[in-house]
Amino acid sequence: MKLIVIGCGRVGSTIAKRFAAEGWDVTAVDEKEAALNRLGEDWTGGFVVGHGMDTAVLRKAGIEDADSVVVSTDGDNTNLVIGQVAQKRFGIDCTVVRILDPARAEFYTSRGLRTVCPTSTAIDALSDAVRTCVIPQREEATV
Amino acid sequence: MYVLIAGGGKAGANVMRTLLRHGHEATIIEQDRDRYERLEAEFEHQAMNGDATELFVLEKAGIKRPPDLVLALTGDDEDNLVISQLAKEKYGVPKVIARVNDPRNQPHFDLLGISPTVCATSSILGLVEHEVPEHDLIHLLELRKENLEIVEVQIDKSSPSAGKTVEKLRLPEGSRLISVMRDGKAEIAVGSTELQPGDQVLAILQPGKEDELRQILLKK
Repeated sequence: MKLIVIGCGRVGSTIAKRFAAEGWDVTAVDEKEAALNRLGEDWTGGFVVGHGMDTAVLRKAGIEDADSVVVSTDGDNTNLVIGQVAQKRFGIDCTVVRILDPARAEFYTSRGLRTVCPTSTAIDALSDAVRTCVIPQREEATV
Repeated sequence: MYVLIAGGGKAGANVMRTLLRHGHEATIIEQDRDRYERLEAEFEHQAMNGDATELFVLEKAGIKRPPDLVLALTGDDEDNLVISQLAKEKYGVPKVIARVNDPRNQPHFDLLGISPTVCATSSILGLVEHEVPEHDLIHLLELRKENLEIVEVQIDKSSPSAGKTVEKLRLPEGSRLISVMRDGKAEIAVGSTELQPGDQVLAILQPGKEDELRQILLKK
């Protein structure tokens, strides 16, 4: 299986390494050459320097025969556009896009884009964490 | 008319000024604090500080009314694309005009159905091409809604079409010659019009047929 990861920061590089370790053919794309360092010295997958908005860069990364695309640059709007290009121009159904803004994530999800919103996840996780630590304390007080 | 402008640079501020002078109602959104303060000094409450790709900012600016027109004029193409999509598809704004900063991003606007678009760089390039005497095929006008475009072709001595009449040319399907400009005079192209070296020919065609047309008219 072939995976393209666009935006090779903390999130992108870890996903790239994880899937490569599972035997996937992975190519990472980042504007900065220094992002290659995040993949580690023993990185054997592909790496393309360039902007994900540039379709020539996407083609060079092999998007035309990719099975999945993960878009995780640090810009929500950049991710939204690249995600839609991957989905609509290159027909990659399994395109997953990171969006930090829950409002935009919700709208684009309703339009058929597969989004992951770490902000919403953090809100849920933090809320759950608060609930699970407050309740026992209260029980303790009443006992 | 109520117009919402995203991006308060030179383009946005000038359009804002003109709209207000013509008696329209308008709001301009600018993200950069310094730039916003200059806009606020001039446009007062009609200027807003914020990121126009944030839904709550757009809503505060009145996008739910909705405006008759939204102009996405920021210096960032991704932002303009997202603003346009939100305006059209989430809030039902009837008309959206987007600025394309980098002509290489034009296909993304087309793919996502954002039209009309304005690209200063492409306009300048078009004019430059027009000034170059030895151009072969240049794009004059794109009719996006109709999915047609008008191009200009310069016939030269070695062109296979030189000396042939229009009816003898095997023009690609989905294309037609409009007119022939010779010695400063334009004539409508008909079947019996004979092409000559030096002619400037206008043609209308479906996008993507340029190479076929070039082949028939120009290729040695």
